[in-house]
Amino acid sequence: MVEALREIAIDADMPSRLAQVTEPAQAKLEVRNLSIAYGGTPALVGVNLEIQENEIFGIIGPANSGKTSFLKALNRMDMFNSDMQVSGEVFFNGRNVRQWRNVYALRSRIGVVFPLPVGLPMTVYDNVALAPRLSGITNKAELNEIVERCLSRAALWDEVKDRLNSLGSLLSGGQQQRLTIARALSQEPDLLMLDEFSIAVDPVTTMRIEDVLKELRKEMTIILVTNLTQQARRLADRTAFFLSGSCVEVGDTEALFTGQVEDTRTADYIAGRFG
Amino acid sequence: MFAATHLNVQNMRRQSLVQILFMLMTAILILPVLIILATLIYKGGPAISFEFLFSDPRDGMTAGGIFPALVGTVWLVAVALLVSVPLGVAAAIYLSEFAPQNWFTRIINLAIINLAGVPSIVHALFGVGAFVLFFGFGTSILAAALTLAIMTLPVVIVATRESLQAVPLAFREACWNMGATRWQTIHRVVLPNAVSGILTGVILEVSRTTGETAPIMFTGAAFFLPFLPESVFDQTMALSLHLFVVSTQVPGVPDEMPYGVALVLIGMVLAMNSVSIAFRMYLRGKKKW
Amino acid sequence: MADVTRPLSLAAHRDADEIDRRNLDWYIDKAVQVLVFIGGISAIVFVIGIFVFVTAEGLGFLVDAFDFGEFFGSPRWKPTSEYRTTYGILALIAGTASVTGLAMLVAIPFSLGAAIYIAEFATGKTRETLKVLVELLAAVPSVVWGFIGLVIMNPLIIETFDVPVGLSVLNAGIILGLMAAPIMTSIAEDSLKAVPDRYREAAEAMGATRCQLVFKVVLPAAKNGLLGAVLLGVGRGFGETMAVLMASGHSINLPDSIFDSVRALTATIAAELGETAVGSDHYQALFTIGIFLFVITFVINLTADLIVRGIRKG
Repeated sequence: MVEALREIAIDADMPSRLAQVTEPAQAKLEVRNLSIAYGGTPALVGVNLEIQENEIFGIIGPANSGKTSFLKALNRMDMFNSDMQVSGEVFFNGRNVRQWRNVYALRSRIGVVFPLPVGLPMTVYDNVALAPRLSGITNKAELNEIVERCLSRAALWDEVKDRLNSLGSLLSGGQQQRLTIARALSQEPDLLMLDEFSIAVDPVTTMRIEDVLKELRKEMTIILVTNLTQQARRLADRTAFFLSGSCVEVGDTEALFTGQVEDTRTADYIAGRFG
Repeated sequence: MFAATHLNVQNMRRQSLVQILFMLMTAILILPVLIILATLIYKGGPAISFEFLFSDPRDGMTAGGIFPALVGTVWLVAVALLVSVPLGVAAAIYLSEFAPQNWFTRIINLAIINLAGVPSIVHALFGVGAFVLFFGFGTSILAAALTLAIMTLPVVIVATRESLQAVPLAFREACWNMGATRWQTIHRVVLPNAVSGILTGVILEVSRTTGETAPIMFTGAAFFLPFLPESVFDQTMALSLHLFVVSTQVPGVPDEMPYGVALVLIGMVLAMNSVSIAFRMYLRGKKKW
Repeated sequence: MADVTRPLSLAAHRDADEIDRRNLDWYIDKAVQVLVFIGGISAIVFVIGIFVFVTAEGLGFLVDAFDFGEFFGSPRWKPTSEYRTTYGILALIAGTASVTGLAMLVAIPFSLGAAIYIAEFATGKTRETLKVLVELLAAVPSVVWGFIGLVIMNPLIIETFDVPVGLSVLNAGIILGLMAAPIMTSIAEDSLKAVPDRYREAAEAMGATRCQLVFKVVLPAAKNGLLGAVLLGVGRGFGETMAVLMASGHSINLPDSIFDSVRALTATIAAELGETAVGSDHYQALFTIGIFLFVITFVINLTADLIVRGIRKG
């Protein structure tokens, strides 16, 4: 509660928003010297990278290399984990995300898909209608339209159109993962972040989702964290390689996969010699 | 070669002996209580009639019914719930959804444990000191119900916190990631999935509140009051206190009468607990994830 | 079929500076945070409130008439004596202690035995049924237990042991034991269940029998939780009011045998508070007993909590 009061109090001290729009806005996302630690133990150190509008940006690397923490820092999920300390700067649409006065508005523009599918324990319809409802849409026809469109784009509509009233949490794993994507799309995000989405999904569904992503890149920026290097090759325009808490290198995907690397560890990882 | 050795047989025999011993201990614990319950039903059953439940006590409480006590208990429970449910649910939401893991939260948890452990008669003293005298409510339904509410607050808090924590964190994270505030997440995802668990806790609290006697003795419950309360500032009879009064304080009460009161009281309490348990089992069978 | 390429209508509801505008939802969230925090600290406020108000009412006696030696050292509780009023609670402490002690003698072995049976031996339907029964038993109100002591145990004890009174340490102890046992059983069962299954599997893999498993592995691993259960049972017996008031005979006595009537601290308050004038020495002395009860149960609960938490850390 003290925190709540403080946040309301510093409201008045915040620099005017006009002063902040000075950052150049070419990059969709710009990360400067981002470091993350959990209770003093570093998880990610000194990451610098830029992500352009409408590109699919791949992040590869073995487990525990800080990929998921990186995503959490982007949409400020550290707010819900008092153990997680973030330093450095993240600019989204040219604005430092630490200075958004309404952090919920930031998150509503960033869709997130998790490693394990999360169908919320409400109907399929309510799952997809949740984000629009949170942002104040109550018109039934409008909601119907959003639900149908998002489910269609996530390649799930045909399978669930006759049981929109069944529980989203009881769909099969592959269906739940597409439901999660539909839910992310219902936020109409600028940026879609997928964290190893294919871990709990069968190969056929994985391919279908990959096709969906290829379509979506026309409208939004996508960050694709993956443990399958070939998936990054299939989808990503550029790819970053994370290893034990640091970003080893960022480069054009094709270049990385054809051996034009700055660091030999990247080549070793891509070739499957470790990780 | 695989035949049981002498040692093995001895071991197995000892094992079944120990098992039977533990079974007997369980039986000794439970059987007398069942016998007592049966006695209550056998002796109190004949006393219970429509007239017993719905008429006033007569002839210095040696005859007549228990209607004012029943109504009084309903008043006390209702007013106590009005206070303790919102407060308890709020406390549980704070502890489950907002509280950081630090010394202060630890102290809140200790306070809850202590609130549950303080003797009921000390709660009664608190009720007299705070509500009857300091806040000037006098001996009234309000003072008694507030005392009961504070005493049973831990029941609501613990049951609510447990059912909130049973909702997986992944659901909250999914919701937060969509830009929902903490409250939107609680209101749209956590509470709808915890509300039935909270309800079973509330039923348990009703049962506890119905049976408590000591906290209301000096704060608002009267020995004998042949009319019904009209506001929260009136005194009232209560079923639990009525049982104490007719079994110890009034000479010449016919035998079956206190048995009847005890049976009604224990019937109400056990019925509510059974509903709560059955409801919980039904929910367990109806998994939503 | 919906047009899948058209941008979503959400954009219409989103304007450029929403990121800087703290909307209604933002303020509702903060307001809720403040409200539930008030709920959270209410528990602390009430515990402090109990101590403050009970102490405030007993303060006059503590300051003016309190004699430590007499209060704790004298068995004479004569608040209404016409010659010399004395406030000694030694006999009351002896009453509470003897009843609680006997209750624990009854409750500890049987509740631990029942907990072991339910957690380690019983299976399926039996287990579920027993758990439900134990839970129902724990719900029986104390005034009903007192009534049972009065009308069922009393004649039973008189007949069985051929004694003149059946309202005694024995009666109240058994009643209190039966009362405390279900709660102790379910807490003890919880702590047995909390022993990780890998311990059991490891022991079984080594060829241990059920008994060896229970006595050599599960019980040692759960001993802190079991101790906590016992302590909570003691706390409950100590603070019980109505049942002890009705079943103990309620006469001031340093008991020689379990057939003596006694009077407990809690029961004294319950029986006498209604007859005292607000603010009188007698009234304040009863509140002083209340402070004593509060402090003792506080210490018991704190200890039980620390012990139970000990296992979680280690």
